[in-house]
Amino acid sequence: MTILRHRLFWPAAVLVVLLISNLVFSDNFFTIRLQDGHLYGSLIDILRRSAPLVLVALGMTLVIATGGIDLSVGSVMAISGALACLLIGDLSNPDALGPVLLVVGAAIALCLVAGLWNGFLVAVLGIQPIIATLILMVAGRGVAQLITGGQILNVHSAPYRVIGAGYFLALPVSFLIATAAVALTVALTRRTALGLLLESVGGSPTASRLAGIRSRRITIMVYVFAAGFAGVAGLIYSSDVSSADSNAAGNLIELNAILAVVLGGTALTGGRFSIAGSVLGAVVITTLDITAVSVGVPVETTLLFKAVVVIILCLAQSATFRAKVFGRFSAERADVQRADVQRADVQTADVQRSDVERSDVPG
Amino acid sequence: MAEQAVLRMTGIKKIFPGVVALDGVDFRLLPGEIHALMGENGAGKSTLIKVLTGVYGIDGGEIHLGGEPVLFAGPLQAQQAGISTVYQEVNLCPNLSVAENIFIGREPRKFGRIHWSEMRGRAADLLARLDLDLDVSAQLDSYSLAIQQMVAIARAIDIQARVLILDEPTSSLDASEVEQLFAVMRRLKDDGVAILFVSHFLDQVYEIADRMTVLRNGGLIGEFTTAELPQMQLVAKMIGKELAALEQIEGQARDATVNERGTPIIEARGLGRAGSIAPFNLTIHAGEVVGLAGLLGSGRTELARLLFGADRADEGELLVDGRKKTIKAPRDAMSKGIAFSPENRRTEGIIGELTVRENIILALQAARGWTRPIPRRRQDELVDKYVKALQIRPAEPERQVRDLSGGNQQKVLLARWLLVEPRLLIIDEPTRGIDVGAKAEIQRLVAQLADGGMAVLFVSAELEEVLRLSHKIEVLRDRRLVEELENGDDVDADRIMRTIAGGVTS
Repeated sequence: MTILRHRLFWPAAVLVVLLISNLVFSDNFFTIRLQDGHLYGSLIDILRRSAPLVLVALGMTLVIATGGIDLSVGSVMAISGALACLLIGDLSNPDALGPVLLVVGAAIALCLVAGLWNGFLVAVLGIQPIIATLILMVAGRGVAQLITGGQILNVHSAPYRVIGAGYFLALPVSFLIATAAVALTVALTRRTALGLLLESVGGSPTASRLAGIRSRRITIMVYVFAAGFAGVAGLIYSSDVSSADSNAAGNLIELNAILAVVLGGTALTGGRFSIAGSVLGAVVITTLDITAVSVGVPVETTLLFKAVVVIILCLAQSATFRAKVFGRFSAERADVQRADVQRADVQTADVQRSDVERSDVPG
Repeated sequence: MAEQAVLRMTGIKKIFPGVVALDGVDFRLLPGEIHALMGENGAGKSTLIKVLTGVYGIDGGEIHLGGEPVLFAGPLQAQQAGISTVYQEVNLCPNLSVAENIFIGREPRKFGRIHWSEMRGRAADLLARLDLDLDVSAQLDSYSLAIQQMVAIARAIDIQARVLILDEPTSSLDASEVEQLFAVMRRLKDDGVAILFVSHFLDQVYEIADRMTVLRNGGLIGEFTTAELPQMQLVAKMIGKELAALEQIEGQARDATVNERGTPIIEARGLGRAGSIAPFNLTIHAGEVVGLAGLLGSGRTELARLLFGADRADEGELLVDGRKKTIKAPRDAMSKGIAFSPENRRTEGIIGELTVRENIILALQAARGWTRPIPRRRQDELVDKYVKALQIRPAEPERQVRDLSGGNQQKVLLARWLLVEPRLLIIDEPTRGIDVGAKAEIQRLVAQLADGGMAVLFVSAELEEVLRLSHKIEVLRDRRLVEELENGDDVDADRIMRTIAGGVTS
């Protein structure tokens, strides 16, 4: 029963349930075919379509670890796609690799500047992160519109299309990009001391400063990081549809990303963070979107369906809730209640500890 | 006699994963007595209180309140049964008003809505009982920590309490405020309230308590009448050995003379910050322990923070090794070999959710920068060394630091700074709220460090401690450094007290 205590057990369980329920509705859900040297199938599709959310969730995880939040990631995605498509449209030969790479670099650079702006507002001017990033969330789409001149820009560039829709070694390039980003983030936070310092700043900014940590620099860094990853996600999205749509790109992705981070076990109050958790959270959310379509949930109720599953998952993750529901069948009810109070008292502490004995009660 | 006990706990047992926190403890409280619960940190005092107030369940034993067996499912139930608690750390909402804090959760109502005027009126009456004249609609954090503590007590006594538990209520109060609190306690005692009092200040315990129960390592040592247990014997019972160690330091540090005066490590010339501390001159040499004495709020902490760059000075200059330096931030100070362990260890010192290991290496890691992580094996070596050297308990580096007792958290902080091998260590109230044994260990450590050539600026509200350790004592009053005393036979607590009180003109 120890596995039940693991932070990622419930998100993983929901993922499995979603995948199995897909099987019921489409027999060949787990089939993976190799065609023209590319892997195809629903599972591959999930990996491919998770990529932008995984990227955005990675940045969001680090921002949240410092106790902040970044609402502007969706707008940054729009900006990145808009600039890339505008510049590619101006290229004399949009199929040449070199110029396209330059364009991609320029788009990401602009996003890094956007991240610097967010970091400046939060760390230097001391504006609350939710407000500071709200500015760019609102203004960013305007900037993107400005870049595209209010149009949806369509582009035809083979190299550009590879980012979002291409394959390499039989795997979707977007999936490979996301995998590389995850590896980079893990290396950056756990192979260096950055992760520790981040958690320290998120855990207590005052104590961190007195311990000599340059919290301002670290804070700016995570916002730049988040915007950079959002920029790459924007390129994937825009490349996949071969156009820049300033309104649709990254719409509401900030909320999905926050949800992914929270499902993955990182608290919004900052401090300890889990990259694996956020990645799992992002995959769960994407699978949920795909499942809604494949099981035939009517389009108008898709969001409702999603909400219901998320609520169930959150309740399953809540130790207090499980104790309440399952405690009813327990003879030692008083024990459970007492444990509840204790837990409420040390909310932030390791709440899972006293769960073991309770988890086997319902059976 | 035993039958009259308002509260009786028998054979209480509480087990945490891996630890027996309480092992068959008996405890009783008589109406109209002040009963001190004594023991070192980790002896089980806090656990016993939490069991009593329903925060924790028990794994064995019985609790009787007024003769009835009780089992509280939570603090609220305990409160309703007449057991009120004021915890060590002020447990109020700083952003709410004084009146709201007193009545939170049980606001007087009228037609289902909060009856604000009655609430404010009753709050003012209550505070008047404590001889406090506050604006009850002012936000709580506009008052000092001491006043906030009094508000917490006001809140506790308003709930018609049969049993009032005061867990380290005096640790942030100055002498006159302690007297004020004691007056209130005596009045409540005369009203028949049973008061459970926990304090590390033995003098206070002897002043106020009628009886005491001593715990050690989760076990019951005994119940005593205060008048019949001399202070030294009490200490011996608490730590389980004689306190020769403490006395040893005494002679030692005082006799040690700092010979080579030479260039001071640090010299402040007219350093000051408006509204915080008046300009002061101060020199600290290698191997010297400089004590800062003064009342709460006299500017001790402010002076220390200025030297470390935690606050920025707005006038004067600071010389390090005789050369002028600007220290604008803690990092600047660290790069010049200055370390600072702050007064408020829970909010400014430790980072609760990180482990003991991570907390210990934090300052060293910060100094190296994030790109140069300390290899894990090196971390483990360092942490292991200091956990052993400072006897940090439990000796589990991967445990969250917030699970440790106050004394051990303080040791973690000291370890953090010793790791960076500072030349000047500033420690602000390192022994506040920690037990006698740990206190002696920390004092011994300070003496040792100074012997090894480190300069120490030691801030403490306890004069005995300052006298015992310091070569030189700086006395502060009203945010001004008023006198510098070379420690010697002619200097004693009385002498310093007079300066603090303003009776000596120098």
